Amino acid sequence: MRSDRVIRFVLFLVALSAIAALTLITLFIFRAGLPLIIEVGPAKFLFGRTWSPTQGQFGIWPMVVGSVWVTLGALLIGVPLGLAVAIFATEFAPPFAATILRPAVQLLAGIPSVIYGFIGLVILVPLIRESLGGPGLSILAGSVILGIMILPNVISISEDAIRAVPRSYRDGALALGATQWQTIWGVVLPAARSGIIASIVLGMGRAVGETMAVIMVVGNALALPMSVLDSATTLTSNIGLEMGYATGKHREALFATGVVLFLLIMVLNAATSFLVRRRSQGGIGR
Amino acid sequence: MTRVRVSPKVTQSMAKGLIWAATIVTVGVLLFIVIYTLARGMSHVNWTLLTAEPADMGRSGGILPTIVGTVVLAMFGVVIAAPFGVGTAVYLVEYTREGWLTRVIRFGVDALAGIPSIVYGLFGFVFFVLTLGLGWSVASGALTLAIMILPTIVRTAEEALRAVPDSYREVSLSLGAHKWEMIATVALPAALPGIVTGIILGIGRCVGETAAVILTAGSSLRMPTSLFSPARTMSVHFFILAREGISDEMAWATGAVLVVSILLVNVVINWLVARLIRRRVAR
Repeated sequence: MRSDRVIRFVLFLVALSAIAALTLITLFIFRAGLPLIIEVGPAKFLFGRTWSPTQGQFGIWPMVVGSVWVTLGALLIGVPLGLAVAIFATEFAPPFAATILRPAVQLLAGIPSVIYGFIGLVILVPLIRESLGGPGLSILAGSVILGIMILPNVISISEDAIRAVPRSYRDGALALGATQWQTIWGVVLPAARSGIIASIVLGMGRAVGETMAVIMVVGNALALPMSVLDSATTLTSNIGLEMGYATGKHREALFATGVVLFLLIMVLNAATSFLVRRRSQGGIGR
Repeated sequence: MTRVRVSPKVTQSMAKGLIWAATIVTVGVLLFIVIYTLARGMSHVNWTLLTAEPADMGRSGGILPTIVGTVVLAMFGVVIAAPFGVGTAVYLVEYTREGWLTRVIRFGVDALAGIPSIVYGLFGFVFFVLTLGLGWSVASGALTLAIMILPTIVRTAEEALRAVPDSYREVSLSLGAHKWEMIATVALPAALPGIVTGIILGIGRCVGETAAVILTAGSSLRMPTSLFSPARTMSVHFFILAREGISDEMAWATGAVLVVSILLVNVVINWLVARLIRRRVAR
């Protein structure tokens, strides 16, 4: 029937909207940021140590380092905690706990990032300043807050991966006399490995990309951080802070930072889909 | 060198204890965040706060324009994103087989899901605000948010449609329905709770978003009067009040209203999901 064919075509166009949006985003971010990267020189832009936009100095290395530290810190806190909760939910949880846990994790994902940031600022920052020294506004504060913020990603994806491990694997291990923990550690987790890694990469993406919460707790210092108690700036927080008033070359440099961020996320995305595809194609999981 | 062998039974109980502890810490952190925000803010939440215009940069008065800004941005964001998101899902599930085309579409959706909100903000600013000349406005903000939540809606709608048993489709088609009639009268209604869940998740993301909104909708404290006037959402208001040290009380009051809204959104989602599961079990 003709109208069916029309609808099919319309839906085909609609289905292209995501890839069209992605193309537009890529195009416009690169058009606004790439010229400056070329002008400054990619190496000088990426590895330059001075960010002084009013003097024409555009080096983002301190922010790259800040982003890397904060993200690694977030993973160090969020991954073990999140993985433990995922194991709890799939292997240990009594029914009442499982029914509480799912909405709780959802809620954790729904709380606006600015609230995480402000609670970090009023609770965590003074705590770090008084007990560990330094300014308090620090990489450590950013790591803890981001570590909490990536929990929902880590928990939900690794929980799915662990659930997807066939019952027979567990039964086999238990029948051989393994304890429940030996079964989990030796059989279930290795079988769910690629899904768990995907959840970590996803959490990494979220940590790299988070802006507002980070602005509130890392101190936004432009010097190269030397310890986790130092203040720092990240790629995202610098854009968020300076976009409000930047003009001309300065604004271009912020878009150029956006280009770096965009490329970084694309690499992480590619890694995730590679892992997910490998999982669905078989491998150790099935 | 001799390795001390710990009995598997001991390891088992240690691991179990640690995992329980981690879970309790996680839930504890969540409870702390919610309770702390409400405790700091609820005492300042009253009728005036919800219905008055702000005064003195937000130091006193109410937050009505930011509530309106939040509702309007989230609403338009979802109204724009939902047809595209659900349409994409219908195309993926009902009209194609897996192949290079679905791979391209999925690549687009996955990539959009990973892009940080600040990059959406940059894009919305250079594209909607500057290139299309929409300025800092409800329109720019809503369009940016719509692209941002598109992946969420596509994925949930796709999952919901895939969960509809093929027998439903076969019955409808065998009774002489055209493909589209089958989709509109059978597949979509059956998948509706899941689709609505995705839409509400999208609303939640719009409400909580700050970075992308501040760069595209601006941060004007005036009541938005048209699609082309700037607006400030509650999250942006909270951020500005807190970060610039304008007023902690008003910040927490705004935060409390935000958290209560998010709680409500979550209750609705869970209610819908529970209904969906009950229906599936009943089958």
